Amino acid sequence: MSGTHHDLEEHGHNGVKPSAEAWRYAARIRAIEALLVEKGVLTKEDVRRQIEYMESRSPASGARLVARAWVDPGFKALLLSDTKAAALELGIDASGPVEFVTVENTPEVHNLIVCTLCSCYPRAILGRPPDWYKSFGYRSRAVSEPRAVMREFGLEISKDTKVAVHDSSADVRYLVLPMRPPGTEGIDEEQLADLVTRDCLIGMSVPRFEDVRASVPSPPIWS
Amino acid sequence: MTTAKFEPGERVRVRAVRQPGHVRTPNYVRGQTGRIERFLGAFKNPESLAYGGSGLPEKPLYKVGFRQTDLWDGYAGRTQDTLYVDLYEHWLEPARKEAR
Repeated sequence: MSGTHHDLEEHGHNGVKPSAEAWRYAARIRAIEALLVEKGVLTKEDVRRQIEYMESRSPASGARLVARAWVDPGFKALLLSDTKAAALELGIDASGPVEFVTVENTPEVHNLIVCTLCSCYPRAILGRPPDWYKSFGYRSRAVSEPRAVMREFGLEISKDTKVAVHDSSADVRYLVLPMRPPGTEGIDEEQLADLVTRDCLIGMSVPRFEDVRASVPSPPIWS
Repeated sequence: MTTAKFEPGERVRVRAVRQPGHVRTPNYVRGQTGRIERFLGAFKNPESLAYGGSGLPEKPLYKVGFRQTDLWDGYAGRTQDTLYVDLYEHWLEPARKEAR
């Protein structure tokens, strides 16, 4: 789940090297962390706890929310009106100062999530965003040419469907409720959740039933 | 409870000012006219919070919809394609009637 770049490095491909730039940022973050600890703003324990919190979040939680909404209209209504409360019903703790809003894909509207100012993402539910979500390429192009960007990810949105892009510029984090794919009437909630990938939860993909066992093409990598 | 000055459906213009600091109003919507989609609640002001301030008083936050074709020259998509941005009330002013 840690992203394409790391996998490449671990598998020993020669073309990918850690850049001096990345090392500089890592060193800067460590220096800031050391200063904050020294000044008593936070402790090493706080940092460790925060890392554990983030690593305990996963797109699987988002997939469970979606699958439940597909099988239970009452839960779907709650998810759309009060996402935090719906999450809590499934034991997913999304409490915190930011709000959550779930936007529903329909035959009329397809939703896509971006944060042009930084990398705001529904982390309390889904965990860390993919690397491409934080890239300048995605952040600038998702707002100005969303259809082209989705096409590059293999998602063609019909001309008859409105594309709604949500720039999470402030205190609200957005989550997409995708449409339940046709042909899934006979499968149970757990199997439904398996159809919902991370990218489906931010609108960069849609759940596909027939594609479950097929390999997924790699997304383009923007530098 | 902070009261919301704007109603859903109301047309608003984003203030076209350059303001240094931690501002959550993207440049690409400054000076643009959009429509209030919904009121999102009141939140501590990030322009103060970012510098150790209290963030108080809280600022009303709105989801504002913009027509993509209004924002980008030569936008390649449908005229109904919409971009929603979350904006604090102090960045918004009523749009003039003739501004469509």
